Amino acid sequence: MREVAVLGVAMTKFGVSDKTNLEMFAEAGLEAISKSSLNPKDIQALFFGNCLGDFEEGQLHMAPFAHAELGLPTGAPATRFESACATATVAIRHAALLVGAGIYDVVLAGGTERAAGMGTPLATRTFAMACQAHHESSAGITFPGVFAMAAHMYAHKYGIALSELKRHMAEVAVKNHYHGSLNPKAHFRKPITVDTVLNSMMVADPLQLFDCCPFSDGAAALVLAEANKARELVEKPVFIAGTGQASAGSLYLQRDLTRIKAREEASRQAFSQAGIGPQDVQVVELHDCFTIAEILALEAMGFYGFGSAYKSASSRETYLGGKLVVNPSGGLKAKGHPIGATGAAQVTEIVEQLRGECGERQVNGARVGMVDTLGGDFGTVCNIILRV
Amino acid sequence: MIMEYKLTYNQFMQGLEQEKLLGLVCNGCGAATCPPLGVCRACGGQELRVAEMSGVGTLRTFTVVRVAPEGRTPPYVVAMVELDEGPWVMGNLEGLPLDQSNMDIIGKKVKVGSRRVQTKLPVQENQRSLTFHLI
Ligand SMILES: [Zn+2]
Repeated sequence: MREVAVLGVAMTKFGVSDKTNLEMFAEAGLEAISKSSLNPKDIQALFFGNCLGDFEEGQLHMAPFAHAELGLPTGAPATRFESACATATVAIRHAALLVGAGIYDVVLAGGTERAAGMGTPLATRTFAMACQAHHESSAGITFPGVFAMAAHMYAHKYGIALSELKRHMAEVAVKNHYHGSLNPKAHFRKPITVDTVLNSMMVADPLQLFDCCPFSDGAAALVLAEANKARELVEKPVFIAGTGQASAGSLYLQRDLTRIKAREEASRQAFSQAGIGPQDVQVVELHDCFTIAEILALEAMGFYGFGSAYKSASSRETYLGGKLVVNPSGGLKAKGHPIGATGAAQVTEIVEQLRGECGERQVNGARVGMVDTLGGDFGTVCNIILRV
Repeated sequence: MIMEYKLTYNQFMQGLEQEKLLGLVCNGCGAATCPPLGVCRACGGQELRVAEMSGVGTLRTFTVVRVAPEGRTPPYVVAMVELDEGPWVMGNLEGLPLDQSNMDIIGKKVKVGSRRVQTKLPVQENQRSLTFHLI
């Protein structure tokens, strides 16, 4: 495999947008191409992420329209990826694999989503379509419900009083909102307190509103190229050191929801390819769609032992300035979660952290960063390790 | 070799309508798979026979859904149950006041039943979901 690097990265502000999916993607895509010292005509393929365009805008087959918005060459195929919330990360990984394999030299990857525009009832229904339709969604399970069941199982398995676990979970939200307050592109920029979380409405016991990420609109995109070409074009290419992706079936087949097996396997693949371990990583953008999700992710990737990451935010170890900075962007929790764009925004943050471009929320001395994105009810996990 | 799906969704639904929880038992390793899959969930074996499950299991986790998908009326309890034969299934805990649907129900024995899928949106006529009642 050839070495692959990330060139220009870009994302729209996440939040509530009056722009269409294509308009948001055009903004992110054109900025990423321009920051790469390239023109749209230089792009050889588009790896395009979108989940729910059909429900959001009545739009299927969005990739070729995105291709037209950007003015890509006819010979550059545009393909839509869908892996629920892991959509863009999976698109980026496949872009990296094909550049690494020598099929393409320069490609664009990313995603776009207008989740906020759907409103809560439709968004809750369509997100839940990423659970197994016949045997899970039929019981009225929701995404907060999935992670709520994981939180109850975590408290039971490790013998932690639910009230104690909930306080530690709330600290994850406090941390990520604090980080988000330092990110001009974040959906939410207001710091919160533990009481904000514990006084918010109950969504799915034991998860309250501020345990949950928002439905957001937004897009993000990046250019990937063969490493030598990248060195010619940009001052600070960031290299893809390793990737991993793994799959699992329905929750009832996975059984122990405190152990996300697809993540254990995907991160093992990524670390193995990179030839490093968790101790070598300084900054992580991981899938904190719910507060408990950050805790589960830190354990599955090997940053904490099983049953011990629930104190990670309360101990401040995962804050800016801590030993492993987790979600300096604000994460899905505060930066926002336009599902088809999320993974590309995570890569964008890690690339900018490794380039030292993050201003107030810069992780000092970051040399290796990791992206973690989970799709569906633990069915897809994709990890990407980046280094300078 | 032509593969014929051993226990289809429609057959599984017909079983539920007749108050039977059907599954597959693997001729290779003996594990039960319920709801059905194309292969044995434990070993991937394809030599499977249809068998009725006892319909009794242990509640492993739950949530009370208070913000529901379009078409559903909250609140309601979603739970995962480990059947006595081994497979886990997802469904709705019924017949228990919400204020008693707390951590204490984890580990309790339940009887598995079914009902028409609860939604105001159009669904297939025969579509059912599992229900659980504490024994
Ligand atoms: Zn078997």
